[in-house]
Amino acid sequence: MNNQRRNVLKAGSGAALMSVLAAAGIITPGMALADWNKTAFDAKSMADTLKALGAGAPADSKDVQVTGPDIAENGAVVPVGVSSTLPNITMVAILVEKNPNALAATFVLPEGTEANVQTRIKMGQTSNIYALVKSDGKFFMATKEIKVTLGGCGG
Amino acid sequence: MANPMKIRAANKDGVTEVKVLISHEMETGQRKDAAGALVPAWFITELTAKHNDKLVLSSEFGPSVSKNPYLAFRFKGGAKGDKIIVSWKDNKGDSRTDEAAIG
Repeated sequence: MNNQRRNVLKAGSGAALMSVLAAAGIITPGMALADWNKTAFDAKSMADTLKALGAGAPADSKDVQVTGPDIAENGAVVPVGVSSTLPNITMVAILVEKNPNALAATFVLPEGTEANVQTRIKMGQTSNIYALVKSDGKFFMATKEIKVTLGGCGG
Repeated sequence: MANPMKIRAANKDGVTEVKVLISHEMETGQRKDAAGALVPAWFITELTAKHNDKLVLSSEFGPSVSKNPYLAFRFKGGAKGDKIIVSWKDNKGDSRTDEAAIG
């Protein structure tokens, strides 16, 4: 008599439920990207970010260079670059200490790719920029202060 | 669907420099619109670059990468005419792949 209702309930378990949830927007496609390091990008402080990247307490190194302007007029577009002469660099990350989420970007460098990347980032306010590199399995860091006259994260 | 990327790749002394300019809003999720409602985050999360079939860069972005992201990197090897293929994926599940030849 009420068979249709039964079937709907049955179908409601398992995979079908997932698609219903996804359709309802409870599970956004963003969450399905398992590869993206959500913990690291959601971390607020420098220490939490470093922990999420598995970096612990990286040593300061003169062989890591952060390039960028001393003063950025527009915090929405701050050109920064990271380069390093350390051997076997497999990972480079750019962090902004005083942004709402410290981590801006990570780059995984396969063999043959040089540790020399440039990009543009947003900065909410004057802050230190950290460049983190992983060389021979160890983490090294360098820093540079960039003064921002107009924030890039305001409304 | 997003606009195409601009990709420039040039080989000099055995090292190929790739420059990519992506057309993307890169909304942080922190900004409010005129009515005071939070603008939902919308940004590129992953980007990969290949030289022919070989992966030369894989990158993860947070929302603090600038609008219309620019990226430059260098790798050893590459010859004139080789393909550089760049793909990205954003947090809304949109994606795009473009390619260019090394000039």
